[in-house]
Amino acid sequence: MRIGIDIGSTTVKVVLLNNQDKIEFKTYERHMSKVREKTAEMLAQLSPRLSGSEVQVSVTGSAGLGVAKASGLEFVQEVFATAGAVERFHPSTDVVVELGGEDAKIIFFSGGLEERMNGSCAGGTGAFIDQMATLLNVSPSELNELSTRYDKLYSIASRCGVFAKTDIQPLLNQGARKEDIAASIFQAVVNQTVSGLAQGREIKGKVLFLGGPLFFFSGLRHRFVETLKLKPEEALFPDNADVFVAVGAAIYAGTTKPMQFDEVMRLINNTSTQKNTTNTLPPLFKDQEAYDEFTTRHNSHRPPVIDSGAYHGDAYLGIDAGSTTTKLVLISPDGGILYSYYASNGGNPVAVVLEQLKEIYREFGDRITIKGSAATGYGEDLVKNAFNIDLGLVETVAHYRAASHFNPQVDFIIDIGGQDMKCFKIRGGAIDSILLNEACSSGCGSFIETFAKALDYSIADFAKLGLFAERPVDLGSRCTVFMNSSVKQAQKEGAGVDDISAGLSISIVKNAIYKVIRAASPSELGQNIVVQGGTFLNDAVLRSFELELGAEVVRPTIAGIMGAYGAALAARSLKLTKSALLTADQLDAFKHTAKSSQCKICGNNCHLTINSFGAGRKFISGNRCERPLGKSKHAEKPNLMKWKYNYLRSLEGGKNHRGRIGIPMALNMFENLPFWYTFFTSLGFEVVLSPESSHALYSSGQHTIPSDTVCYPAKIIHGHIEKLLEMDLDAIFYPCLPYNFDENKGDNHYNCPVVAYYPELLDANISGLKNVRYLIPYFGMHRPKDFAKKAAAYFSEVFGIPSSEIKAASKAAYNAYSAFLSMLHKKGEQMIEEAREKGDLIIVLAGRPYHIDPEINHGIDSLISSFGLVVLTEDAIAYNQPKKPVRVLNQWTYHSRLYSSAEYITTQPDMQMVQLVSFGCGIDAITTDEVRAILEDGGKLYTQLKIDEINNLGAVRIRIRSLLAAIEARENSAE
Amino acid sequence: MSLTVAELIYDKDGRLLFTQEMKREYTLLMPQMLPVHFTMLKHILELHDYKVDMLTTTHRAIVDEGLKYVHNDTCYPALLVIGQLIDAIKSGKHDPHKVGLMITQTGGGCRASNYIHLLRKALKRAGYDYVPVVSVNLSGLEKNPGFSLGLKLIRQMAYSMIYGDLIVHMANQCRPYEIIEGETDRRIEKWVARITSEFKGKGSFKTKHIRENFNLIADDFASIPVNRVPKVRVGIVGEIYIKYAPLGNNNLEDFLRSEDCETIVPGLTDFIIFKCDNRVVDHKIYGGKFITYVGAGLLEKYLFRLQRYLIEAVKRHPEFRAPCTFEHLKNLAGKYLGYGNKMGEGWLLTGEMLELIDSDINNIVCTQPFGCLPNHVVGKGMVRKIKDNLPQANIVTIDYDPGATRINQENRIKLMLANARLSQNGHSHQDSNAKVRVNSTASESTSDTNSI
Repeated sequence: MRIGIDIGSTTVKVVLLNNQDKIEFKTYERHMSKVREKTAEMLAQLSPRLSGSEVQVSVTGSAGLGVAKASGLEFVQEVFATAGAVERFHPSTDVVVELGGEDAKIIFFSGGLEERMNGSCAGGTGAFIDQMATLLNVSPSELNELSTRYDKLYSIASRCGVFAKTDIQPLLNQGARKEDIAASIFQAVVNQTVSGLAQGREIKGKVLFLGGPLFFFSGLRHRFVETLKLKPEEALFPDNADVFVAVGAAIYAGTTKPMQFDEVMRLINNTSTQKNTTNTLPPLFKDQEAYDEFTTRHNSHRPPVIDSGAYHGDAYLGIDAGSTTTKLVLISPDGGILYSYYASNGGNPVAVVLEQLKEIYREFGDRITIKGSAATGYGEDLVKNAFNIDLGLVETVAHYRAASHFNPQVDFIIDIGGQDMKCFKIRGGAIDSILLNEACSSGCGSFIETFAKALDYSIADFAKLGLFAERPVDLGSRCTVFMNSSVKQAQKEGAGVDDISAGLSISIVKNAIYKVIRAASPSELGQNIVVQGGTFLNDAVLRSFELELGAEVVRPTIAGIMGAYGAALAARSLKLTKSALLTADQLDAFKHTAKSSQCKICGNNCHLTINSFGAGRKFISGNRCERPLGKSKHAEKPNLMKWKYNYLRSLEGGKNHRGRIGIPMALNMFENLPFWYTFFTSLGFEVVLSPESSHALYSSGQHTIPSDTVCYPAKIIHGHIEKLLEMDLDAIFYPCLPYNFDENKGDNHYNCPVVAYYPELLDANISGLKNVRYLIPYFGMHRPKDFAKKAAAYFSEVFGIPSSEIKAASKAAYNAYSAFLSMLHKKGEQMIEEAREKGDLIIVLAGRPYHIDPEINHGIDSLISSFGLVVLTEDAIAYNQPKKPVRVLNQWTYHSRLYSSAEYITTQPDMQMVQLVSFGCGIDAITTDEVRAILEDGGKLYTQLKIDEINNLGAVRIRIRSLLAAIEARENSAE
Repeated sequence: MSLTVAELIYDKDGRLLFTQEMKREYTLLMPQMLPVHFTMLKHILELHDYKVDMLTTTHRAIVDEGLKYVHNDTCYPALLVIGQLIDAIKSGKHDPHKVGLMITQTGGGCRASNYIHLLRKALKRAGYDYVPVVSVNLSGLEKNPGFSLGLKLIRQMAYSMIYGDLIVHMANQCRPYEIIEGETDRRIEKWVARITSEFKGKGSFKTKHIRENFNLIADDFASIPVNRVPKVRVGIVGEIYIKYAPLGNNNLEDFLRSEDCETIVPGLTDFIIFKCDNRVVDHKIYGGKFITYVGAGLLEKYLFRLQRYLIEAVKRHPEFRAPCTFEHLKNLAGKYLGYGNKMGEGWLLTGEMLELIDSDINNIVCTQPFGCLPNHVVGKGMVRKIKDNLPQANIVTIDYDPGATRINQENRIKLMLANARLSQNGHSHQDSNAKVRVNSTASESTSDTNSI
């Protein structure tokens, strides 16, 4: 008898195989993080049958490693075990796709054995599906059920769970159908597997699908079969797919030394009591007394007590339609709470608000007059339109209103909600600087909740467990995907649920302090710190925050509904005689339907969701501009980014005397195209640009991306090359340029390693390039004379063009490039002049040249200009600044422009900077701190927008509105 | 004297200088990257009257300090090195008013050139802006009155790196097989002491003498009694800090040894030559005054010669695998990348992978910090092409990061090792008909031993 034990990140599988390789016994159970206990318990089921006999055992799986080490049982790597079982039972298999709780694997059999596992930044696994189900407020099997009834698929980022969530949340808030989202989630898993794991190797022939998620979710299987275009006989879903890896381990066990079953039980039982967690932290509270003192202190910050059952009079309504939760509060004129509500929006904020409003009318009837209502949060527009709310306000402002109600001296507010963290400094009675978390560190708050649920705890009980944990585990702070895997490691090392609960709280706090706020000491925050947001209701989080900061903070008792409370206070300030809010009768007639459609007005092709609320009231969301809303295209503000993009895209064509040259429109081509266009057209080539970027173009090249942590502007080039390969070209030209033009603003003039060398990466990874002339010479454009010589040598060899012609072409190219710069500078000056005539505010949207690509910036420039702001780019103002020393090594041309333009902006009262940063840009980890310092030292606001494949304009809109609110507040206080 | 604090003197840009007075009274804290090489470096600095403490700490607080004071998206080595230095100042072992910090600076196009600036920013935020930072570089950046790299010191440092390479190269091929446990490490200690003591006084820089030393070292290690049972041989390449420093790679070499492997870690000599070569290549590609490159070219030629002697010394013992020449590495890499690819480890990293496979070491761990910019191209970016051309290549790329879990890293390395054992048992990946045969993997006794 052979036993295979597969201990994965979420489940344990045990299989007993007899000598004919028949499964005698199999079991599959979630271990709820009690890895060793569960394994022992499951093995014990075999005891009546095997006690006293000899067996062969091996252990596999990511959590099996630790168990094997501790027990001394034989370990076999899981992919290896799988391959063994496939060989035995399905020898004609070409490819295996196995999805587990945390890891995803592909094994290619035919055409050279190759095994792949997902990288560190990964989604597309069981844990990911679980999280998404929680987000939709359904069980995983319900998610599967929903997915079978989809109409359309949305594109959801498949990079990892955190990013997918960022994509799904706005869809939910816009009222997209759950059925469509469920199927889209499965599609994202498929995309991640096909592109991220297969990386260019085709999944074809007989494909064997293994692992829990594929076994349990028919919808997921369906998406795989459809995407891979598999015929029925090519897609194999074995009956024992859920325990298949354990079968592999059992087969491997055949090579191990036989031992007594009772000895195996003894070894496992012994390990189940060991605790050996390595990275532990001090406990949060030393005893009950310390905890009592702590709760008493915090409970003193509460709104006036009011008897809501007996109340007669005026009332004000505040609604905070957050990303995962909806908060609603009804207050009396003195701020007392008449009614409050806080719960997950279950993916449908409109339904939640409807239900609550009805409840309010039922409970209070004629006793109250609602004299004002206000909405805030992600779903502000939706809710406002649905229920005729009087006022919409940006959530940062709502939070500040509420915080100052409890502590008028407040100078720092931190709000940790389910999805986002927001921090703002208050100066002179107004919000001064705002820090929001970026995509990577989002979802921390709801992560605890998801996690508690997965372990069958309520969030409150789970949080309590952590308070007195003796050895909280250190779970790191990069993101929830990494935290999740740290939790798994801690579990494997035997950490208890209490230690994990405390560890999670500490991680969230560290994430907030060191990643979002970037503070090293409490003095960098302020004297009067108010904390709020649902996550801070968790005492363990609050305590960790105070401990980590070494300072006491204020947490109002209503921390979870501060946004709604602030909205209610704002509604009170409206001083209306009556709110326009829908009446009880109108609510009875209220109907909400959502329909999706695609806007065809411009090339962005936004996915629109059209919400109808009956009586002809409609709300359209998902749009990037005002045009689908039917409003006239009112005078658009000058937008240099758009001008630059349109100009560069026009540099195409030329007479085809010598051939057609294809150029990928990506990275530094957004700077150098005027140069190369002139260079090649002067030589008699026709210049062909790759088409405009789009998500579809990106997807077409996704399968050849070798490193999934590189920036989106680099990844998208794979798609540009694929498109160029479809064209009839004589060559594709994409030079390697480690050095940039020297603009004398820094100590050197490099490009970053990705810009410099990406052409070589493409060469090594896109097989289609073998069939074309792909020219990737190294050039130094910073030395015009040398360039002319080197280019002459190179191109005369490649195309047989006389040197003299090439030298003339390079002269023309340099002239064209400097003409382009002059034109850009002049255009910038004109726009500034125009803005000043009209008194418009100017936003310098700074980043890299390639950030002007609308697929890369997701239309942020249009969004900003829709607020009536003039948009400039950094290169239009940096040029007239003298070189100034900065506190970092200033040796990249594009980055020097950032410092120079930031410096210039500090001297211009009507300019502010918004910095675009691509996810994964290592160098911007350095520039952002420095640009922020330059701006803040010069009395300016700093706004950073992190951008990636995902398109989350909702968050951007909040940032821009907060920025405008802060500018306005500053102007007011200056007057 | 000991009660007073040294006077803080700043240069015209406001940089705190390391003064003569500090040289007398301060201890310089130095991060460790390669245990053997840096131990020699420490001794050499002490010979030049510096007080030096090399940091070998590895506890969790280092990462915490790093997370606190360094932007979390900055590369992991910066976070570790800075975290380690700040942790050391706070440790109480030294008076914070009596320490200076040493950090290297290369000045390439990789963001790593920013470490020193990030360190100063971190010190300021931590309230230690009175702690001087000394830049160790050969580009003439940031001069300090109390710290100068004289020709003698530079030569000693350069030689110790090459000696270090030879010692480590030999030791790595002895340690997994040694019969008397600890014998290899004892020989390392002996040679580290002996080389340093040779540098005392006048020392000898005669090439002939160095060549003799090379031979003596090779002979000495070759005389260690060993039992060469077949083991899986694994090459380690990657971003320079993560590749070498145990703090950076979660003790990767120890882990591999515990998995019964022999590790091969390409040395620093090639990296030093690579940096010289870059200057020569830059001239070739971009032009410029030849005089600025001529020095690098001459130095490169001299290093070529030393490297040849090193190789010859190893070759005296055919049972040892000898390193290859820089020229050979460069030739191999040239089929994959241009020689202008020089940021970070540049084409050298790809070259090292190719050279390992070329000499029948097909199992490779390619290490890098999470999100390492040059490695997107020269590490992960080249794996596909290498595997296409050389199907026997068994490469795993591992990201290191404060949040990355060791278990995930080790699990992936284990997969690579399982494949390694499989092919060692005669099932070549090249043979497309060869399916996995699990039964043959438990024993390792049938592998070919000729190459060791």
